[in-house]
Amino acid sequence: MKFTEEHEWLRVEGDLVVVGITEHASEQLGDVVFVELPEPGTQVAKGDEICVIESVKAASDISAPVDGEVVEVNDALADNPALVNEDPLEGAWFFKMKLEDMDQLDAFMDEDEYKDFIG
Amino acid sequence: MTELLRTDLYDLHVSLGAKMVPFAGWEMPVQYPMGVMKEHLHTRAEAGLFDVSHMGQVIVPLSAIDALEALIPVDIAGLKEGRQRYGIFTNETGGILDDLMIARKSDHLFLVVNAACAEADIAHLQAHLPEVTVIRDRALIALQGPKAEAALARLMPSVAEMRFMDVAEAEWNGQLLWISRSGYTGEDGYEISVPSAVAVSFTQALLDMDEVAPIGLGARDSLRLEAGLCLYGHDLDPDTTPVEGNIAWAIQKVRRKGGAREGGFPGADRILAQLETGATRRRMGLRPEGRAPMREGVEVFDAPEGGAKIGTITSGGFGPSVGAPIAMAYLPASLTEGDTVWGEVRGKRLPAKVAAMPFQVQTYKR
Repeated sequence: MKFTEEHEWLRVEGDLVVVGITEHASEQLGDVVFVELPEPGTQVAKGDEICVIESVKAASDISAPVDGEVVEVNDALADNPALVNEDPLEGAWFFKMKLEDMDQLDAFMDEDEYKDFIG
Repeated sequence: MTELLRTDLYDLHVSLGAKMVPFAGWEMPVQYPMGVMKEHLHTRAEAGLFDVSHMGQVIVPLSAIDALEALIPVDIAGLKEGRQRYGIFTNETGGILDDLMIARKSDHLFLVVNAACAEADIAHLQAHLPEVTVIRDRALIALQGPKAEAALARLMPSVAEMRFMDVAEAEWNGQLLWISRSGYTGEDGYEISVPSAVAVSFTQALLDMDEVAPIGLGARDSLRLEAGLCLYGHDLDPDTTPVEGNIAWAIQKVRRKGGAREGGFPGADRILAQLETGATRRRMGLRPEGRAPMREGVEVFDAPEGGAKIGTITSGGFGPSVGAPIAMAYLPASLTEGDTVWGEVRGKRLPAKVAAMPFQVQTYKR
């Protein structure tokens, strides 16, 4: 699993990359009450804001960590946004992407580096 | 940047794991480890303890009742000893300078004003009436929720006798506490002015009870929103009249047209006229239809596309007890409950229905 400085996790699943947010990010956000997901088929560039997470407190964005195409989104989050707090690393994945270049993943942190990062 | 003020309970908040944030010049707990959602639900089910010491506590002598009535369109002269009333300071154009609580005690009036307005309110009072005393050596604590009475009565049994908006005094550990049966969550409960010397020990005595949990400003905001209560600076401001703000109920008959002490407060001409004819816009409740919250600043339109902008949301978010997004907005007074409007959230117009307030049933002990 790889981690971004924006507190996303990336997990390779065949030729796709699954994206979610870390436990640390989920704790910081507080209770999540609404998630707005992108349309499958959306072409995104690294940094594009593609998801919105609304907590009781405020709205935050999730940006595309890499260039590619969103091929699947987790509809379970629309019905049960609290999954982001309950199960951020498994059940609350946000979307799956097909990358233009899998080498883009090399730039991200591994788990130990991420733990140091959030200190 | 000026240094933030700290309440008597600052160290206690930190030791309880509170996340402290700047608020109206003070360093205040926004949430505790329980989190905003659980804190909110705990207050509705049991008893929540809030530090509201940042609010201004002011004493005005009884001799100044008439002078105070000249600043506030509320029946203050007729307020009975041992009772409290909601009031507003108005300006010359009928706008609202602040909202406040006014209690009549045996030999003075006790005012509680908003933290952000406290300095301006005190200057305003001092400019118009003599002998205003600002209380700086007392904390202010709110205990709110269905189990607040049982909890507080364990320390001071007499509080169980109080009705909503009663004020009284009671002794605890040799110190005199000033108590009102009121609050700002829609729940039954109390606000307690506590001498600094015992602020921490008194708070700790309450927190030691099973049903009492510390609650931060985050949940205080969602609780008051569900209760349909205004937050000054958001839902009320100097450009908004009490009639527009839907708080005309705070102006008793005696101060209205034909009343024994009609008018005589800043902006009376405009406010009295609006009380007769109504205003063109009014604060209303909204229930967004989807799950997406509509927050403060969201613009409201009369059509799903095109159309006209008809208002702006002044408070909005997710109501944990309601289980859905809720909001307040200023909208044309011609709209009625059940009408659909559209809030523009991130460029998309989403439907919302005009709804009755409060969103959550109030449980005051009348």
